[in-house]
Amino acid sequence: MKRVRAWMLRLAGVFSNQQRQREMAEEIESHVEMHTEDNLRSGMNREQARRDAILKLGGVESTKQAYRERNTLPFVETFVQDLRFAIRQHTKNPGFTFTAVLMLALGMGVSVAIFGFVDAALLKPLPYRDPGRLVNVTERVALIPRARLSYLDYLDWKKLNTVFSSMDVFTEDGIALSTSTGTELVAGTRVSDGFFRTLGVTPALGRDFYPGEDSPSAAPVVMLSYSTWQKRFAGRRDVIGQAVTLSEVAATIIGVLPQDFQFAPTGQAEFWTTLRASGSCEGRRSCHNLDGIARLKDAVTVQAALADATTIARQLELQYPDTNQGQGASVLALSEMIVGGVRPILLVLLGGAGLLLLIACLNVASLLLVRSESRKREMAVRGALGASRGRLILQFITEGLVLIAGGSLLGLAFAEWAMQLLARLIPADMLAEMPYLQGFGINLHVLAFAGAIALLAAALFSITPALRLVMTEMRDGLAEGGRGSAGTLWRRFGANLVVVELAIAVVLLAGAGLLGKSFYRMLHIDLGFQPDHLATLQIAAPDSSYSKDDQAVALARQVVTRVSTLPGVTSVALGSVLPVSFNGNTTWIRFPDRPYHGEHNEVNERDVSSEYFTTLKARLLRGRYFTDPEDGSKPGVVVINQMLAKQYFPGQDPIGKKIVHYDLDPKSMREIIGVVDDIKEGPLDSEIWPAVYYPLNQAPNPYFTLVVRTSQAPQSLLPTLVSTIHQIDPNVGTSDEATMTQRINDSQTAYLHRSSAWLVGGFASLALLLGAVGLYGVIAYSVSQRTREIGVRMALGAQRGSVYRLILTEAGWLTAGGIAIGLGCSVATATLMGKLLFGVHAWDVSTLAAVVAVLAASALLASYVPAHRAASVNPLEALRAE
Amino acid sequence: MGEKTDVWQGTLALMILKTIETLGPLHGYGIARRIEQTSGNLISLNYGTLYPALLKLEQEGSIASEWGVSENNRKAKFYRLTRSGRKQLNQAAQDWEQTTAILARFLSPTEDLA
Repeated sequence: MKRVRAWMLRLAGVFSNQQRQREMAEEIESHVEMHTEDNLRSGMNREQARRDAILKLGGVESTKQAYRERNTLPFVETFVQDLRFAIRQHTKNPGFTFTAVLMLALGMGVSVAIFGFVDAALLKPLPYRDPGRLVNVTERVALIPRARLSYLDYLDWKKLNTVFSSMDVFTEDGIALSTSTGTELVAGTRVSDGFFRTLGVTPALGRDFYPGEDSPSAAPVVMLSYSTWQKRFAGRRDVIGQAVTLSEVAATIIGVLPQDFQFAPTGQAEFWTTLRASGSCEGRRSCHNLDGIARLKDAVTVQAALADATTIARQLELQYPDTNQGQGASVLALSEMIVGGVRPILLVLLGGAGLLLLIACLNVASLLLVRSESRKREMAVRGALGASRGRLILQFITEGLVLIAGGSLLGLAFAEWAMQLLARLIPADMLAEMPYLQGFGINLHVLAFAGAIALLAAALFSITPALRLVMTEMRDGLAEGGRGSAGTLWRRFGANLVVVELAIAVVLLAGAGLLGKSFYRMLHIDLGFQPDHLATLQIAAPDSSYSKDDQAVALARQVVTRVSTLPGVTSVALGSVLPVSFNGNTTWIRFPDRPYHGEHNEVNERDVSSEYFTTLKARLLRGRYFTDPEDGSKPGVVVINQMLAKQYFPGQDPIGKKIVHYDLDPKSMREIIGVVDDIKEGPLDSEIWPAVYYPLNQAPNPYFTLVVRTSQAPQSLLPTLVSTIHQIDPNVGTSDEATMTQRINDSQTAYLHRSSAWLVGGFASLALLLGAVGLYGVIAYSVSQRTREIGVRMALGAQRGSVYRLILTEAGWLTAGGIAIGLGCSVATATLMGKLLFGVHAWDVSTLAAVVAVLAASALLASYVPAHRAASVNPLEALRAE
Repeated sequence: MGEKTDVWQGTLALMILKTIETLGPLHGYGIARRIEQTSGNLISLNYGTLYPALLKLEQEGSIASEWGVSENNRKAKFYRLTRSGRKQLNQAAQDWEQTTAILARFLSPTEDLA
């Protein structure tokens, strides 16, 4: 206890030392005076008396020294001294300090900000109980690695598996909700009764679904998402037990989900209802509309679960060959399903930010090295005056720490700002699909990361100048008298740092170039239609009035007629699924005139109105499109895409051929009347699948999408479209009004590619800037060290041209080295990015050539300035300066 | 005058405390002189070593200091014993007596150890 007290006081003494020192001096002085007086009284003369007093004391200064050491903690005091000295050094050199701190802050800020995203998406566990044991369970077919489950298959899997402690399913559900502004379509999710128990989520209010409440006979119940509870029900606690009408069904509200609940696969769902399997789809084993989650039993691995699920799928294949042939199983970690898509991009961004940080650190290290060269004399003098080598190294370390502390604080502030900015740049819809990003920012993980970076940088900055001290004899510093050529250590080591910097800049530039080119390619791929001037709107008519075929057809015709009269509208069409959304909603076809072995010929099925292809401006390759009168009363017809023609009718004319549903349902017999050029149905980077386009009038549906081509800006038409539909029938729900270009540009694929291209582009520009600054620093320093040499050369008759050549050659070698190493590394890195590249190779020559040109030009610019200075050296002055 | 001994490690603090206890609040010079006198001038005390020792005792809370005026009207820092210092002194004195007693037994030639 006493000891602790003493330590605390001593630590405090470090900072209040001066006051103590004064008191100490006074106390010693009074001691000496008293002793002197006593000595005088005993008969000594004045001089003798004082001398004896001081002698007896053992010297005034050494007493003070002993007292000081006792008063403070010597090593802390040394550190504080070094700190003061370091800060003084740095403030004396504001240019250097500003540059170094700024570079560090930049590198640090960018890395920390990106790490914030990586932490939120990849490191932070999902907010469920024991999330590592949760898996995504689905079927698997040749074309789709994660195909959905059919309801009957799900029941069998749930019953037969031995690896899951529980298994549940969910599926998106569009809900028509009557609101003050007409019928609105809102997102919902239907789940099996144990869904939340499997996740390990308990409601914030009310209760969870009871077992059996997902059966068709159970009373309809619903749970609200927290934000819906707040937004639509004003957060009232008495909503529990109330009824709410969802798509014409009265459901009882039984619970509210926790505020922090998130489920990325159906991110925006407002209402969570039970499955209540019904309708035509869930009665058929061939209709796959469910996605599965399950909790692994203890000690069961994902692989073991997959093996078990595959066995069950195999059994079902044998048992139900018609529907289940080729239906395998997929089991993967739930986190993989949720964040697997963004992982490669985030890792690339983190890598890019890390490289930028590395450049910044190397730049600062090389600046420090230059400074330590120019402080050779100072160090030599201090060494000669008795400073130990350790003490001098400590001084360098302290100076590095001061820079890092400044850089880190500024960097953290910058990171916080950058994170907020980046988060704001993510569109709201996209953010809803990535709920794991909610509430991310600077947290303990991020701080720890920043701390680790700071430590590494501290190590780097302490080692570089300290190395200089260790490797050179201090007295050389004195003997050389500060003149002469650049130190050998600098030549061997410092200059090479800049080669590494330039190489990294090449890697980042190449990465940015490739990503940018990928993005450009992606936006300019042939979609098979013209996306400009198209307005789109989702429409859902209530089943009660439109479930009969003729009702749905009548509604569709009315919508087309009414919308066609709107000003500026040139063409109106309806379709079941918009292009550039997803591959899926497939059907299995077969050819009645060919042998059949139960294989599933999986093709995209799209139900479209007669004007669909002309409205999209798709290209008809053969035959004709269907007409509006071709409805259920006329013979069945179909338009196929070119991929289907190529794949199933190679070398034949498909026009006039018949296709039929795999179960030979006579109603599904269709004659091929046209072949349309491939339309991109899936995301921008997806493959073209074979597709069939059925006339909407022969497959009517109360849910469809309106596509309108206009002569004006399509954006301005959107509100009119919504009100026109509500004029036809206020009970018809609408949602997702957007132009086609908006849809494409805001699609996740486009967004991820765009943002990664821009971010890596930003990193690359900064890297180029830092690399050029680094090169400039190296060449400028080299010139300053060689001023005398250049003076001598010029005095001996060297021309200015040859001086330019001398300096530019030096810069040229460094640049060439950087480019060569960088090119090698960038091809390797780009190969790692493989998945993110679209339509370009890792070794894309034009991109790499452009990178080389840009870097070479910047390097030339950076080294021209010091070369010019060298060439303007006045030989007389250069020599006189000695 | 015989050989003078140096101050044994750890005994200086005890001497300081005892001196202050006996004489009441006292300045450093006074303490130094008193220690020398009490030892019958057998101890060669380097006065300078007294001050770090005083500071240590003060940091540990055994003594407290205060500026005052000396008998010769000179400004000086006076040290006084705190309650905790008094306790420490009693404890140390006891320990010391015990130690010396034990040592005395060992060193006395006539004592029968059996």
